[in-house]
Amino acid sequence: MSVLEINTGKPVLPEESLQALHQSHLKRQKKRRLQVLSVQLALLVLFFAFWEIAGRLKWIDVLLFSYPSKVFAQIGRDMASGELWGHLGVTVGETAAGFVFGTLFGTLLAVLIWWSPFLSKVLDPYMVVFNSMPKVALGPIFIVMFGAGFLSITVTTLSITVIVTTLVVYNSFCEVDSNLIKVVQVFGGTRTQVFRKVILPASFPTIISTLKVNVGMAWVGVIVGEFLVAKMGLGYLIIYGFQVFNFTLVMSSLLIIAVVATGMYQLVVYAERKLLNHRR
Amino acid sequence: MEPVVELQQITHVYVSDREASLALDGLDLKVYPGEFVSLVGPSGCGKTTLLSIIAGLLQPTKGGAFVYGKKVQGPTPEVGYMLQQDYLFPWRTIFENASIGLELTGRTDERHLARTLSLLEEMGLEAEANLYPQQLSGGMRQRVALVRTLSTDPGLLLLDEPFSALDYQTKLQLEDLISETLREKNKTAVLVTHDLSEAVAVSDKVILLESHPGRIRKTFTVPEHIRLARPLMARELSGFNELFHEIWREMESAGEKG
Repeated sequence: MSVLEINTGKPVLPEESLQALHQSHLKRQKKRRLQVLSVQLALLVLFFAFWEIAGRLKWIDVLLFSYPSKVFAQIGRDMASGELWGHLGVTVGETAAGFVFGTLFGTLLAVLIWWSPFLSKVLDPYMVVFNSMPKVALGPIFIVMFGAGFLSITVTTLSITVIVTTLVVYNSFCEVDSNLIKVVQVFGGTRTQVFRKVILPASFPTIISTLKVNVGMAWVGVIVGEFLVAKMGLGYLIIYGFQVFNFTLVMSSLLIIAVVATGMYQLVVYAERKLLNHRR
Repeated sequence: MEPVVELQQITHVYVSDREASLALDGLDLKVYPGEFVSLVGPSGCGKTTLLSIIAGLLQPTKGGAFVYGKKVQGPTPEVGYMLQQDYLFPWRTIFENASIGLELTGRTDERHLARTLSLLEEMGLEAEANLYPQQLSGGMRQRVALVRTLSTDPGLLLLDEPFSALDYQTKLQLEDLISETLREKNKTAVLVTHDLSEAVAVSDKVILLESHPGRIRKTFTVPEHIRLARPLMARELSGFNELFHEIWREMESAGEKG
């Protein structure tokens, strides 16, 4: 009987209660987000509190691990004296150059081998070998070639990022649906047009996501490069702190790297969301 | 009358690492202006291969393909091709998708763009022009694909099972729309389909192919009164079922032979 009554043209649920359901759904979601955020914050505070207590009560070796109040005091001093900014600027510059140019050159190389399937076949084993090599070991060679400074560190970073970018982006070029390519071909489209109208826009999300991966890789390349050679930068501060046994300096540099690297990553995520807005 | 499409002794061989197989064997075909011809047959009879050869996407191993009296060397704007699915680019708006053919042929002038917009209006898609494909239903998307194909004003349309990915109701509506549109604009069309009732409902001539190797088995002419009716109505008319069963039986016996 009740089933028959439903079909009167009037909705069983009035509009207001639909909206109420939606509102309560939003409220539940907001509550859940707040819960996650507060637990995350609590964990962070607990970590620093435990570190501080463990340091002050000598549960851990203070010389090695330092403790937060010392670390923050160190950061504060370096900020106030202005010494930090130079180091930070150099490292951020090298990292940004590393991941932007790494992605750019990697993509250009991918375009080149997409254009010539013959070249792609020829280069394939060399790229695989180069990709599996520990490129950081090439650092000393780059230092001798390009001098001890910005250029050799950036090149070290590029050696880490370029080939893997090429492999990933080329792969995504090849995986573009052949029917989308056919759409362009049936209008008499040339290979250049196929690339510009289909291959490149279709692979755009992949290129952006390699940018994200390269942010992390670039930090590795830059810090290692600075270990080897630099007179400036956060990697230099770490190695310097280690040499003079100032582990508070090492810890404070690591903390700054964590914050700046996260900031950079979030910037790329933000750019990704802006650029790929309508695709999802 | 000059035929729009003329195939002379088309033979095509597919070569793979394992073998070379004969897909089409000495096939002759003529399609005249304004005709709507359907190619039907079992899978592997080379229907799509034939369409690709007419479109210029594939060069036949032997024989000649002529469109409007000119030998087919590659895809040209006089020939429109509609694929099995819409394959709209998700990063382009509906209008940008519909006008990609104009971009590719260098005709993005005011007049051509305005014509594309009016085609979208004819298909009832003017409100969706600035939306993205993901926001449209399957039937709407295939209508956009039709506008995309018509935007360069081709005289000949090649339809490669354009209704196969749609649900039944949408498919019937789109059959009506396409056959009306093509008749109105006086286009010539070649449709590849595996659906016999669709072939009979929309076309003037149904060509049955047999497989291994692909050859023309028999050509059926659709009676005038079914031809003139809209595809949805045509299915109700007398003679429709008889023709359907005749083609069906012929296809069965072709299958037994192979």
